[in-house]
Amino acid sequence: MRRSGRSLVLHVVLGAGLVLTVMPLLWMASASLMPAGEANTFPPRLWPSRATFEHYVALFTRLDLARHLMNSAIVAVGATLISIVVNGMAGYAFAKLRFGPRDRLFRVLLAALVIPGQVGMLPLFLMLQKIGLVNTLVGAMIPGLAPIFSIFMVRQYALGIPDELLDAARIDGASELRIYWTIVMPLLKPILATLATFTFLTMWNDFMWPLIVLSDDRNYTLPVALANLVGEHVQDTELMMAGSVLTVLPVMIVFVALQRAYIRGVTMGAIKG
Amino acid sequence: MSRARSQGRAAWLFVGPALGLIGVFFALPVIAGLVLSLTDFDLYAIGDVRNARFVGLGNYARVLGAQEFWNAAGNTFYFVIVGGPLSVLASLVAALLVSSRLTRFQALFRSVFFVPVVTTLVAVSIVWRYLYHPHYGLVDWALGGIGIPPIDWLGDPRWAKPAIILLAVWKNFGYNMLIFVAGLQSIPDELYEAADLDGAGWWPRFRHITAPGLGPTFLFVGLMTMLGQFQLFAEPYVMTQGGPLQSTTTIVLMMYQQGFRWWRMGMAAAIAFVLFVIMLIGTAVQLRLQRGSQA
Repeated sequence: MRRSGRSLVLHVVLGAGLVLTVMPLLWMASASLMPAGEANTFPPRLWPSRATFEHYVALFTRLDLARHLMNSAIVAVGATLISIVVNGMAGYAFAKLRFGPRDRLFRVLLAALVIPGQVGMLPLFLMLQKIGLVNTLVGAMIPGLAPIFSIFMVRQYALGIPDELLDAARIDGASELRIYWTIVMPLLKPILATLATFTFLTMWNDFMWPLIVLSDDRNYTLPVALANLVGEHVQDTELMMAGSVLTVLPVMIVFVALQRAYIRGVTMGAIKG
Repeated sequence: MSRARSQGRAAWLFVGPALGLIGVFFALPVIAGLVLSLTDFDLYAIGDVRNARFVGLGNYARVLGAQEFWNAAGNTFYFVIVGGPLSVLASLVAALLVSSRLTRFQALFRSVFFVPVVTTLVAVSIVWRYLYHPHYGLVDWALGGIGIPPIDWLGDPRWAKPAIILLAVWKNFGYNMLIFVAGLQSIPDELYEAADLDGAGWWPRFRHITAPGLGPTFLFVGLMTMLGQFQLFAEPYVMTQGGPLQSTTTIVLMMYQQGFRWWRMGMAAAIAFVLFVIMLIGTAVQLRLQRGSQA
């Protein structure tokens, strides 16, 4: 085949892939604007006969989705802030500070990566129940606070900080905490941005743990509220699509804004793995 | 000397919070889980721990003897063995197409293919539930266009698993695609230029340059995809609740139902550890297979 012919075929295939990829999301957005009942017709409609925001209004008035939006934001932002502070410091220390069992400790952590999260979920639930964190947003944050992979990610990046820089500051009499704050943190900014994006998206999208730990529907995060809602409103396709748009939109915005940081994280895991 | 010691002290301060969180919220629960799996901890024990009794390996025996568990394990293996490779294949094809020298707007295609990855699994599972509707869904309507009669995707035990796999592939292929793209970029251009001089066609170039160059990437992607498939939960929970006829109940879904619907915590903990062991075996098998094929 000639080069131009091959190129044509290639772009047709890619274009088809593009359509298949965005179709479900476009239909979600389109159906969310349809008048009630219009998404359940045959043949299926691709566009609303007239766009209406009634389902979004219903979500915020009748169904109080603003509360769940808020819960999700608190869980995702809270876990992200704590994660940056805690894992930033730990990752740096594992890369650059000398202390007795450092390397052995780090190997133990890496080995623990093979343990799937579900193994600890049941006892964690019982423990949190004892200390009163079941059915709280803090309880929902817990899996995002110090995942071992986050420490690993920061450590790999921090290995690239030159020791001379740190030693020079030490000779000047700066304390380790001050060195971290004034010298290391600015250098770690890119990886901390990656960590923040990762944590935020993971926590926003998380389902199983919040489903377990949040029992009162006032405290549900968006995904849990949505899964609950579909049980009662399965016939209200347009309403459910509006709820889905509302759940997906914030992460899409964060992703578009911080795309570079996120993608660095995706490929970083692979290079080391 | 004193500087080294002060550095050591500072280091503990730095790693302390993270290690504390990992210890309390991860290590401790894992160990407690092992103990829990050896007891008959249930609803009565939640009220008063003294109602829990030590039952040795009783839970494990019951789990491994239960038809229900082997059904869930069978479903999970289906997702791992069919869904896993399909997902990796889709990612590889997408990566090759997107990185082809002939492709224009590479960044655009890459970004769009990646979009489903960042979406919320629960939300898109709900969307696909409607897409799969036998009367009003777009999937059957599109298939009808090429003469295929409607399929009750989520209501037919034969089709529910493929339907969930299709959703999972759509949702995830962009992630591994990016990893493959990074892997492709690490293959030196000179190798392809040399192949061009030899007049090598598409397949020999793929077989002798691309595939070996992607070796380590394959290992990583294969492993991560497999582990993800073993832990499938939200898709069946939202789309089918494990049905129809338990055909989409996975091991994790069964664990959730035993533990948090029926409050058989001891039993559920045993299921979790059995899954852990299965995943370890799966990892070992895959490492061996892939090492073997590369040698």
